[in-house]
Formats: sequence, structure tokens, C-alpha cells
Amino acid sequence: MYQYDKYDQMMVDQRVAQFRDQTRRYLAGELTEDQFRPLRLANGLYIQIHAPMLRIAVPYGLMSSKQVRKVADIARRYDKGFVHFTTRTNFQLNWPKLEDVPDILAELATVQMHAIQTSGNDIRNTTTDQFAGINAEEIEDPRPWAEIIRQWSTFHPEFAYLPRKFKIAIIGSENDRAATKLHDIGLHLVKNHDGEIGFEVLVGGGLGRTPIIGEQIRPFLEKEDLLSYLEAILRVYNRLGRRDNKFKARIKITVREHGINHIRELVEAEWVQIRDQLRLDQKEIDRVKAFFTEPDYDSNAAADTSFEAKLEEDKAFARWLKQNTFEHKVPGYKAVYVSLKKHGQAPGDITSEQLEIVADLADKFSFGEIRSTHTQNLVLADVKQADLYELWQQLQAEGLATPNINTLTDIICCPGLDYCGLANATSIPLSKQIAERFDDLDHLYDLGDIKIKFSGCMNGCAHQSVGHIGILGVDKKGEEWYQFTLGGSSEADASIGERLGKAIPKEDVVDTVSHLIDAYVDLRREDESFLATVRRVGVDPFKERVYADN
Amino acid sequence: MQIIKDREIVEDNWLHLDDEAQLVAGNITVSLARWQEQHETLEHHEGGLGLRLSGDDPLEEIVPDLARFSLIVLLFPVFTDGRCYSYAKLLRERYGFKGEIRAQGDVLQDQLFYMSQCGINSFELANPNRLTNALSAFDDFSESYQATVLRPEPLYRRR
Repeated sequence: MYQYDKYDQMMVDQRVAQFRDQTRRYLAGELTEDQFRPLRLANGLYIQIHAPMLRIAVPYGLMSSKQVRKVADIARRYDKGFVHFTTRTNFQLNWPKLEDVPDILAELATVQMHAIQTSGNDIRNTTTDQFAGINAEEIEDPRPWAEIIRQWSTFHPEFAYLPRKFKIAIIGSENDRAATKLHDIGLHLVKNHDGEIGFEVLVGGGLGRTPIIGEQIRPFLEKEDLLSYLEAILRVYNRLGRRDNKFKARIKITVREHGINHIRELVEAEWVQIRDQLRLDQKEIDRVKAFFTEPDYDSNAAADTSFEAKLEEDKAFARWLKQNTFEHKVPGYKAVYVSLKKHGQAPGDITSEQLEIVADLADKFSFGEIRSTHTQNLVLADVKQADLYELWQQLQAEGLATPNINTLTDIICCPGLDYCGLANATSIPLSKQIAERFDDLDHLYDLGDIKIKFSGCMNGCAHQSVGHIGILGVDKKGEEWYQFTLGGSSEADASIGERLGKAIPKEDVVDTVSHLIDAYVDLRREDESFLATVRRVGVDPFKERVYADN
Repeated sequence: MQIIKDREIVEDNWLHLDDEAQLVAGNITVSLARWQEQHETLEHHEGGLGLRLSGDDPLEEIVPDLARFSLIVLLFPVFTDGRCYSYAKLLRERYGFKGEIRAQGDVLQDQLFYMSQCGINSFELANPNRLTNALSAFDDFSESYQATVLRPEPLYRRR
């Protein structure tokens, strides 16, 4: 993975000093709340219901075991001993003290971590596929490009006060595990007719209260032109994006109001002017790529026979393997999900003790690297098949082997009203109840791939509008109600879910999920997935089932 | 009034003229509207001439006139309005403006570093009592990853 040089380290250290002084001035009354707010947000710090919330960056979801141990240590000493992973592959501390935050950031800097631009109206952490670099279908590893974007977007002086937040995601294969079509900019590494690799560029995707699927702005961009093209898009957006209404300020609205063709003309005209100046050198591309070379794989890994034997003798192991691992491009290796979706636990939460064990397991079995995923799980990406049984046993002992990846209980969920100052409604307790209702694994496997996404308010941090089943908490005269949508997807076939009907009271949410699932089981044809069934029959048959009692 | 110019605290010697105010000799700035209405008179102005622009004004339209101005004032109505960062950058790099570019309005210490990297070289702080403290902001970071007005080569070409 990427290692800081003296420049990277210096900038992160100087950022800590800058924020330490800003915090001091705020506490001394020299900065008003309004003046301090954008400064703290640019360092990931929200002021929440119970305490500040600090969102810490995990650039493109990649961490070393050393970093994970530091995170565990920080969570224990400055917080309540656990962290919450987010859909942008970052994680959050929910109870830090404001005056401790500079010290937390200083500690993070010692392991090349930071909270830079994890909130605020700036360019956020660039995300990618959790299987980058190990995926057999991949055209090219997107991580070096994500790192190049990270550096370009960090402290970009022109784009620190954008109309609204700005999110970029990049993938290297057709299978979209990073929701790229729902980002302000989505980048796909593609091959053109001449066999050259470059980027397809999408713009104007987004979630929140107006979910929109991104549109193609350029079918093929030479790799060397990546930064100049991004800069051109950002400059057009910075000048044109609306600043009169924050709900209309995202680039998705700019694109919709002006039309993709006009935006493309503006961007291309801008790009022509800066293309030569910002063209990436091969030297720099090679420098960054050198940090993402393959680890020292065992070429005999596939020769192991113990693995097959264990599969035969231990059904639970076989079940976990089928559900929680991913095919690796190197024979004899698998990528392993560490499930943060144990039934009855808050989705995406992990304790300090668990983090330390995951770090140890990564050192022992996966070259010391840990990845965080868009779905709020972790991944150990390079595990030899001979080690899988032992790894599974240890994960299981820690409650990190729930074999539910990509099932109905692998719920994406925001912190909700229990933690978040923005939320209208509770999300985590209801997610837990849904998971408890569907506790029978055989039933879960029979239902197949069902993605529930559960947000506690319109901001849509859990991406409910692209859930196969989306649940959105709304406030109605001080009461918590829930709006369901069906048929959304964040993947290559991205779509926005359709509203099921009128909002549902809190006490009926879990039953509603049950009704939807019962309807699906009745409606599906053979092994038709939930999403395919909804797309075939539409929302109405589900609606009838859910609202039948009323 | 004192301002920061080229990282020093100096006495301001410009007068920002309202659209209704009578023209006076000496260094004055005018709005874009006044420039467009009275540019023939203003061409013969005795003293320095400056132009005030906001993010709502069409930057490209004044490019042919830039040579007439020795100061461009960029207005930040609130410090979170970042449009004029792009204006400053374009004025310097694309339109070759060599004169003074000044930030006016809700200008605070914590934005000075980014503003200066975009080519703004003078600052009327919202709170003129904090000029001395604000000077340190120019050194918040000693490097930038990007190609900036102050460091035209991106860091990757200097590594």
C-alpha cells in the first residue's frame, strides 16, 4: 500500500497543527460557531446529539494492521472502545471530546492517517472496489489512481469551498461494488477499441433527497489526462453550482438544470486550456503504482488439500466459505469478508478488541492489510486456502464470521437518531430487529441477494434510495415513520427505488419487511432474485401485501 | 485602514467608490456596472483604477479590459462562497493579470492560505484587529500537491 514520503507526512502534520490552533481559537472565543463549523467539518468533526462525532478517512478503504491497531487504541482511550464503519469506507468515533480531537488527529498522523475532508463542502475520500487488485475480471487496479486523486484533492486550494460536498469513486472492473453511478464523479477503467486503457467518466450521480444516476460525460479519457479533466469538472462546478439553496447545490442538480450536453461543452472547453499543464508524468504514475505491486503470493497455494477436506467435514465452515469469501485471481487464495453484521449488533460497528484481533489475523494470514467496504464490512483480501479454516475459527470466536454477506441481514445502516444530530428517526435498533427476525440462515440463503439500506433521514447516508429494499426514517409531528422503496440498485444496473406507498409506523417496520419477503417468495420464478422480481412485476403486488390490513 | 499585502501589514491607499459617489482623483475602485457605464470617463482617470468583481459577475467579459486595471477586488460575501478562488486562479494563470488581486468581504485568517495559493495577494480582513495573528496563516502548509499560482509545478514534478 501507499507509504507517505516526507511531503505527505509534513502536510498531515501541519494540518494537525493548523486544526489545533483553530480549536484553541474556537474554545477561546476568537472564532464564532459559524466560522469554526466549516473548519471542523473539513477535519471530519461534527457536533452531534450526545457528543462530537469524528469521521476518520480510510483512503480507498485500505489500512495496514499497524493503522488498525492505532484505531483500536484511539477508540479505547478517547472513545467508548468501538468504531462505526461508513458506506464511504471511512469510520467514525461517536463520543470523542472536542478538546481531544487535535490529539486524536496527531496520533493518527503517526500512522499516516487523518480526517482530512471527510466532511464539508469539499472533495471527499475517493472510494473504490474492495476487491481492487485481486479481482480476475479487473481491467486495471484502480488503487494507484485513487491515490493520485487523493493527493490532488487534498487541500486543493481552489476547491475547498465548493457549493456542496463532492464525492468520487473509481472502479477497475465492470462489476460495480463502489456505487460509482451514484457519485458526483464516477470513473471506470475501460479499454478502448485500440486496446488502450483509460477512463470512462460519469458525472452528476448522487443520493440524498434527489437521487440521480450519473451520466456519461466522456466515454474515454487517457489516463495521463485524469487530473486535468477532474480539475475542469470541478472548476465548472465551483463557478456554476448553485449557492442559493443547499438542497440544489450538488453537481447532480447543476447537470440536471443545464443538461449534460451543456456541462460537457463547458468542461471540455475548460479542459483544453489546462490539459497540457496538468498532464500526469509517467514517472509519477510509476512511482505510485510501485506501492501497489502484488504481495509475495505462494505459487503452491492451490496444491493444499486440507482445505477440501475441511469443507467436507464441517458444514458450518462450508456455509461461511460460500457466503463470506470471494474468488481471488491467484489460484489457492480467497478474499475473506469479516462480517460486521452479526445479528443483534449495530451494522458496521466493531470493538477495539475485535479490531486488534483482525489486525493480528491480517498479519498472520493476509500480508498485514485490511480493507473496509462500501457495505460496512471488512475484508482480508489475500488469504491462502490452507489458512481459511483457522481464520474462520478465529473470526467465529470473535463474532466476525456471521455467514450473511449479501443476504438480507447484511444491512447498510446509518447511525440514525440514536447518535446523529441530523436524523429524524431511529435506524440501528430496527436494523437489529430485522436481523433477529431473519435469523434462520437456511431461510436467508433461500432468499438470496437482498440489499436492505436503512437511513434515519433524508440525507440518506445508508443510500436507501438504491436499496433493493430502501427504508427511510421521516419525522411526522414528532413521531418516527418510515418510507419504503423497492427496486433500487447501486451496481452496474443502477436504479432508483420506487416508493412503496404511504409511510409506515415504527412498530410495523419489521412486519413490513416480512410482508415484502413473503410476497417475493410467492411471486418469484424459480431462482429469480428479489430485485429481478420487483423489476418484472413492479411495486403493486408488494404494495397490496403490505397495505392489505388497512 | 490597514490591510495585508504581500504578507505585510500596510496602510491601504485605495478608495472603494460607491456607484453613486462622485469620482475623485487618486486610487479608486469601481463596480463592474460603473465601469461598463462610464468606461470612457474612467479611461482618463488620474490615479490608479481598480475593479470590484463578485462571483456573480461574468469574468470572461472583462478580460479585454484587464490591462486598464492595477487592482482587481474579489468579493467574498460569505467566506464559504468559493467562486472567487477560481476567479483569482484564472486571472493569474489564464488571463495573465499581474496587478494586485485583493480579497474583500468575509475574509478570515483560516482561508488566507488557500486564497494566496490561488493568486490573491492582498486581503481586507473582516476583522482588521486580527491582522498580526492572520499573518501566520500563509505558512500553515509549506507544500501543496497541486499546481498553484505560487507553486506552478505540481508536487509530483518536484518529488
